[in-house]
Amino acid sequence: MTIEHPSATVADRPLLSVRGLGKRYGAQIGCRDVGFDLWPGEVLGVVGESGSGKTTVLDCLSGRVAADGGQVTYTKADGSVVDLRRLDEAARRRLLRTEWGVVHQHAREGLRMNVSAGANVGERLMALGARHYGRVRGRALDWLARVEIGESRIDDLPETFSGGMQQRLQIARNLVTEPRLVLMDEPTGGLDVSVQARLLDLLRGLVEDLGLSAVIVTHDLAVARLLAHRLLVMRGGLVVESGLTDQVLDDPQHPYAQLLVSSVLQP
Amino acid sequence: MYVAVKGGERAIDNAHRLLARERRGDPSVPELSLAQIEQQLALAVDRVMVEGSLHDRALAALAVKQSRGDLIEAIFLLRAYRTTLPRLGVSLPLDTAAMAVHRRVSAIFKDLPGGQILGPTFDYTHRLLDFELADPGGAPASPAEDGRGPQAQTSLPRVMDLLDREGLIESEPPARDDARVGDLTREPLTFPSGRDVRLQNLARGDEGFLLAMGYATQRGYGRNHPFAGEIRHGEVTVSLTPEELGFPVEIATITVTECQMVNQFKGSATSPAQFTRGYGLVFGGAERKAMAMALVDRALRGRELGEEVSSPTQDEEFVLSHSDSIEASGFVQHLKLPHYVDFQSELVLVRDLRAAHGTPRAPVVQ
Amino acid sequence: MTRYNFAYLDEQTKRMIRRAVLKAVAVPGYQVPFGSREMPLSYGWGTGGVQVTASVIGPTDVLKVIDQGADDTTNAVSIRKFFARTTGVATTTSTEAATLIQTRHRIPETPLREGQILVLQVPIPEPLRWLEPREAETRKMHALEEYGVMYVRLYEDITRHGRVAQTYEYPVIVDGRYLMRPSPIPKFDNPKLDRSPALLLFGAGREKRIYAVPPWTRVKSLDFDDHPFEVEHWDRPCDLCGARGAFLDELIVDDKGGRLFICSDTDFCARRRPAGDPPRPM
Repeated sequence: MTIEHPSATVADRPLLSVRGLGKRYGAQIGCRDVGFDLWPGEVLGVVGESGSGKTTVLDCLSGRVAADGGQVTYTKADGSVVDLRRLDEAARRRLLRTEWGVVHQHAREGLRMNVSAGANVGERLMALGARHYGRVRGRALDWLARVEIGESRIDDLPETFSGGMQQRLQIARNLVTEPRLVLMDEPTGGLDVSVQARLLDLLRGLVEDLGLSAVIVTHDLAVARLLAHRLLVMRGGLVVESGLTDQVLDDPQHPYAQLLVSSVLQP
Repeated sequence: MYVAVKGGERAIDNAHRLLARERRGDPSVPELSLAQIEQQLALAVDRVMVEGSLHDRALAALAVKQSRGDLIEAIFLLRAYRTTLPRLGVSLPLDTAAMAVHRRVSAIFKDLPGGQILGPTFDYTHRLLDFELADPGGAPASPAEDGRGPQAQTSLPRVMDLLDREGLIESEPPARDDARVGDLTREPLTFPSGRDVRLQNLARGDEGFLLAMGYATQRGYGRNHPFAGEIRHGEVTVSLTPEELGFPVEIATITVTECQMVNQFKGSATSPAQFTRGYGLVFGGAERKAMAMALVDRALRGRELGEEVSSPTQDEEFVLSHSDSIEASGFVQHLKLPHYVDFQSELVLVRDLRAAHGTPRAPVVQ
Repeated sequence: MTRYNFAYLDEQTKRMIRRAVLKAVAVPGYQVPFGSREMPLSYGWGTGGVQVTASVIGPTDVLKVIDQGADDTTNAVSIRKFFARTTGVATTTSTEAATLIQTRHRIPETPLREGQILVLQVPIPEPLRWLEPREAETRKMHALEEYGVMYVRLYEDITRHGRVAQTYEYPVIVDGRYLMRPSPIPKFDNPKLDRSPALLLFGAGREKRIYAVPPWTRVKSLDFDDHPFEVEHWDRPCDLCGARGAFLDELIVDDKGGRLFICSDTDFCARRRPAGDPPRPM
């Protein structure tokens, strides 16, 4: 099933542009002076240890927390450019339901745990006006298959799913409206190694098929290597190094980045 | 042969007559007078006034009598009466610092200017039923022994003001002269709400509910480390500035109980640590209510003070939507009203579902 | 003994309520907050309906009050007496003769006509309440037309039961825009809301909201294209008047489980039986 992706053509401006993004929590720095450009079809990894500020960056982008300063501009599907920090809540919520997706580390936060898998996947479609039960259910079945969840589970509650399945369900729920940008926070966090591998394969395939842009926060460099085109390395709220994934991981320049890379256990 | 049941109107009239008879009880027992209720069940009258949002001891006593001692029913009567009263104006804020104090205690200092004045309190009584009270006519307490002690003290400095002078406690921002105070009896509550409206809601709120919420904060549901900074009980004057005169006139003297809690301190990168406050104010001597109110007030300030809101006690929608005993009583008891039409619809559905149970579902059409 | 104003409420309060009603009529289905007053009846027992009625009633009105479709249920009697005492207005049990009808949980079977006002008593005005308990959030959802979660609920019902399991208070979309809860009328009555010639006013006293459906407004009950909205039906006619296609109450008449089914709308049923005729034999 081919999908015509609006950003498959060469773009003249980044999809997402961030300059000087900062957030403090009282006396503590969440993140400071963060900047990057994200182009259509590109995956940016944000890596660092816990407390590095990487999740704060994601929360500022999604609007979950209000940034203290900085500029975030996004190019919508119709070509118009919006300043996300100035956007009113109505428009921001609409964006999050249509052109964006947010995949949380804990699937419970991104799913409705008390309705069936099918309802979870179909919700965005129904919110956008889909009114044929059979067809909504059909699309849900499609997507469950794509994230490798068995058809027979469509009426089951997410509570009965394993951690990995819940995560895949969350992904399906977000991707069903074919968003252009997906924000992911530790998508493989808390999952068994073998489950992680399967999920990463799936994600990589979906990103390619759909031409998605994504910002993926992770402490796991293997995840970053597999999924991201470019990386930001964060520490203490600051970006200490950035560049192409292979470059940063094979030839890190900043001492902290070197420490991070060298501390990964080699097989 | 079925004949439709009629006569609802007559049934209601008869029910009211029966109620009046039950209210009077055994006619050989002397009837209660309003003065007896107002004097000897003073705390019941106090509660009805504060939750009824109307200060009138005689009317409150009447409500207690008419409701046969069901205080929520009495509060309802007073509220309904209040609806018919015209609004003449808004008084000036009560100056509780100038209170003629009959009782004043503080838990945060062993002693303080003016001293700890116990006043008429149940606190140190031993809860032993006093059978001497069973028969009326005991000798009235002589003036020297009646617990009121020397006449009420005025100009007792408030403990919070002492802390404030040292900068140890957050200041209450002074109100602007033209600041408009919200009025829940005229406008509906909206969220997020201002503190003025929150305090009103709590003052009118059911004592039992607030007590439970306050208790919950002490047990860890939104704990805010409370200390009783000061509780004072006594008379204050109510003043009003009539438009025609342009200067304030004293229109009444009422008894109130005020509770100021000293709570968890907080500081930030830009400001040094200070204690925070919770506030409670009620008519009469409803001290337990004033304290519970102060605990809940502070809990609901969580968001304003940048605290993590983790508990229903800190959730203003949860607390303020369910604090009103009249609303709660009405809705809970409305279940007694006929619901047979809705139930009939449910019956139809359940019977259909039971009939269809076990038959295979039609395949999904795509 | 103090005297009360016409219809109990003071004129300023009535004006405030009428302003809320006008706003509600201007934005069909939208819940307008209003400063609900404490009334002599309990919250939950019709104070919203009473306040709306008190604000629109005039000396020449003819008032009908029903509860569960019947004029003689205790609460209908109580409310009718309240207005008789505080207005002196003529009252009736006839739907046709009434100009103003206050009702709890039913819409009369006799079709309403232009110029009539129907005031419905509402316990919980917010259609999204069971899906989202927070008022601050549901307000945003209405403003942004975020009704996806309601369709999720319908989807789940169909998945679990093969049909939508909501049988009363069935949610509707008014004038193609606002999601509305039509008060606990059985879904049987929902079609009467659509393009009614009468003005429909909804009052929730405890929750302090007023909303309205102006005459001739489109009101659509939520459904899916392949699972269209359906009403209840009975296999038998009314045991008293023989009517088919009316909402029937079920009465248990003996301890062997014997049942009678009788029109819930007492006025409608009585009119079908000419005066003096006994009810149909069982």
